[in-house]
Amino acid sequence: MNSPEITDRALVLRAQGGERAAFGELVTRYMQRAYYTALGLVGTHDDALDLSQEAFARAFRARATIDPERPFFPWLYQIIRRLCFNYTRDQRSRRQKLEKAGSWLADTTMGERPVRPDRAVERAELRDRVAEAIERLGEREREILVLREFQELRYREIAELLEIPMGTVMSRLYAARRALARELENTSVVSGLVSGGAARGAGVDGGDR
Amino acid sequence: MSEMNASPDQERVRQLMMAEVDQEISGEERDELHSALEEDPGLRDELETFQRLKEVTDTMSPLKPPGETWDGYWEDVYRRLERGVSWILISLGAIVLGTWSVWTVVRGLIADTSIPGFIRWSIMALLAGFVILFVSVIRERLFMGKSDPYKDVVR
Repeated sequence: MNSPEITDRALVLRAQGGERAAFGELVTRYMQRAYYTALGLVGTHDDALDLSQEAFARAFRARATIDPERPFFPWLYQIIRRLCFNYTRDQRSRRQKLEKAGSWLADTTMGERPVRPDRAVERAELRDRVAEAIERLGEREREILVLREFQELRYREIAELLEIPMGTVMSRLYAARRALARELENTSVVSGLVSGGAARGAGVDGGDR
Repeated sequence: MSEMNASPDQERVRQLMMAEVDQEISGEERDELHSALEEDPGLRDELETFQRLKEVTDTMSPLKPPGETWDGYWEDVYRRLERGVSWILISLGAIVLGTWSVWTVVRGLIADTSIPGFIRWSIMALLAGFVILFVSVIRERLFMGKSDPYKDVVR
């Protein structure tokens, strides 16, 4: 049942025929990707789990509308992002949950080698500040940044997922990174990081924030 | 957004800077970017900032959930599907029974001449108010999507 040679197309067709086990196989294949996508967009484990599972449940109910000839995940992604965007509109409850939940990012350099305690504290603070700065970005900026930085998708893959041209992917990334640089400048976390560059939008217009 | 105000040349340079930061740039594009950088030191600063920012984000990844998260994942989705069906049935049953109850009460009030008229009309007004409120809420829920600013993300 878990064999990779069974294509998504075959599983979608079987799920459309009412076979829940086939849909279960699709869930197993894409649950981690769905979860991490939601985590990047909403920022807490509980919400990411809840929203990604809800996305699968809605996908099953709407399975008749899936085109088996097209990749499954981009279709599911549209459901996930809609659920997450709707959820994050309720900023007040989200803010409270985020404060309770702590950072949704991990520092990959920690644990690689022994680190001085003061350095570890600095790194943890930097991680938290970056996570908070990403939280404050607009939905589209946050989405594009998460897809590129934390899902590590290529521009072509992002363009396919969001159904936008490659040029738009790069333009949105520019806007997202510039906004992130500004957020970090305001919090004075990364000393010197944005002293003369992106925060003021050098070489381009005066800025919008 | 400021990026909408950028000239085509500025937009092109911005895109090339992103491609450079993410190492998705071709040799020809890199030459084009370097020409632009030579002309404007501000762009060099900006690119440097983006590269340093990239170095920071490269050291971070989404926090891994507890290992058992994946064990019961599909079962949780399956339970949602089951509960969805049960909620639909419960809602249908409640609507039918509620409608029948309201009709029975109204019919009884109309037939019962021992209750003063103003009391009967008050009770019926109360019931009618609840029915209108209920229908209004249901209609709002059903058609909420029409005013949803994110409806365009649905395929």
